Amino acid sequence: MAKITFNHAGGDVDVLEVEPGTSLMRAAVTNGVAGIVGECGGQAMCATCHVYVREEYLDALPEISDDEDEMLDCTVEERTDRSRLGCQVTVGEGLDAVEVDLPESQV
Amino acid sequence: MDTTARDRIVITGNGQAGVQLADSLRAAGFTGDITLVGDEAAFPYQRPPLSKDYLAVRDGGAAPAPLPLRGEKFFADARLDCRTGVAVTGIDRNGHTVNLSDGSVLAYTKLVLATGAANREPAVPGAGLAGIHGLRTLADAEAVHRRLDTVRNAVVIGAGFIGLEFAAAARARGIAVTVLEYADRPMARALSRPTSEWFAAAHRQMGTALRLGEGIASFTGDGAGQVAAAVSTAGHTYPADLVLAGIGVTPRTELAEAAGLAVDNGIAVDASLQTSDPDIYALGDCASYPQAHAGARLRLESVQNATDQARHLAGTLTGTVPAGPYAELPWFWSTQGALKLQIAGLSAPGDQTVLRGDPRTGRFSVFCYRDGALAAVESVNQPADHMAARRLLAAGRTLTPGQAADPDFDLKAYAKRVPTSLGT
Repeated sequence: MAKITFNHAGGDVDVLEVEPGTSLMRAAVTNGVAGIVGECGGQAMCATCHVYVREEYLDALPEISDDEDEMLDCTVEERTDRSRLGCQVTVGEGLDAVEVDLPESQV
Repeated sequence: MDTTARDRIVITGNGQAGVQLADSLRAAGFTGDITLVGDEAAFPYQRPPLSKDYLAVRDGGAAPAPLPLRGEKFFADARLDCRTGVAVTGIDRNGHTVNLSDGSVLAYTKLVLATGAANREPAVPGAGLAGIHGLRTLADAEAVHRRLDTVRNAVVIGAGFIGLEFAAAARARGIAVTVLEYADRPMARALSRPTSEWFAAAHRQMGTALRLGEGIASFTGDGAGQVAAAVSTAGHTYPADLVLAGIGVTPRTELAEAAGLAVDNGIAVDASLQTSDPDIYALGDCASYPQAHAGARLRLESVQNATDQARHLAGTLTGTVPAGPYAELPWFWSTQGALKLQIAGLSAPGDQTVLRGDPRTGRFSVFCYRDGALAAVESVNQPADHMAARRLLAAGRTLTPGQAADPDFDLKAYAKRVPTSLGT
């Protein structure tokens, strides 16, 4: 199992243990973690699963694809160097734990 | 309205529109009861992946789990009474109650119809054979997915979004695919001719036999009740051990009609999404409304339409936003294999089209102009153009056809100068 820590904008924390191969978006939506919408179902089409990945995990993440890059420019909350779309980041091999901060809003 | 603990909003339909409405009502501070009634057995789930990622899962026969719309914990935390496998069978408008298929009766202060749409079924000889599927519900997707490991020849009826999404997914699994489309180009209802024709070529390159100008005439069986071939209106016979019918949907208006509500290509609502009964609203795939951008009554079938209408209605019902017409910009997407199609706005036959980018690279957009102003933009593997177009169209701004076609024109920067946000 892989561990995902979601830090909410208000200070609450959700910690999930999920199957390897699960995206941050699917993990959040399936487990009722507020603050991640995933309106397009994981197609990198809606930019409503924006997360800020904690510094120490950034190097272990897959490269940002062109499509994700374009959509990250369109998130509601400001994009930073730590911004990713939760549907494009999958835990498992090489990333058995990850911690992210959630933006205040997604839509 | 002032909401009190005695208020109960009943939502019939627990798809994208119904669930978003419940979520947004709570987010807006509604404290009364919220009951969602859905006739499907499954817990509320997302439909869009069913014709895409879901079909790609090769999991030794087990049906993949759908992506839920919200987790069960969310429904519990938000005190949402979510009933599955139960249908609303009737509305008593005078008594402000609905009857459910399990015999229970629910009182409502406001009723919201989010009943969605149902697949149209082919009405030709042989349509009752086994192996002819639609693709809308989880049950549909499970039935199709179960067959994909063994199917060799699939015939798709209708080159719309669903049919072509399925075709691409089936090709990726090595299945021979024939698509029959009565019109002279795919996705003709939704797309301009240049984009549509580009997709026709792209699907042929994936190995799909796209037969344009050919509709379905009949199906023939194998003698044991299973479909074996599709016969087209041109008289050709195509072997088929699976048929996927993607010939559109009809809005589910039967409850509204039985209750005497106005129906006009869907449950007719005004710009505030209210039906002809002031205590009953309708939204999403089942409702037709005065569409601000088209200047006409329209019914749209999309996630954006469902969720944006739900957010709007939650604001109206709780009085948390100033009352006003629903006027969000429509946008759509489709994923067909590696091809990402995104549409902002509503194109129409006769629009002047302007190409941005080189279609041979597989990344381009088509800008559609009407009466000299930008009306819609279709983007292929070009999300930056799409997002810029959404900003411009939502703000009612345009750009010249010359600017749109100029690769050196900085569309993103131009769109960002629009002072309003994307809206939602």
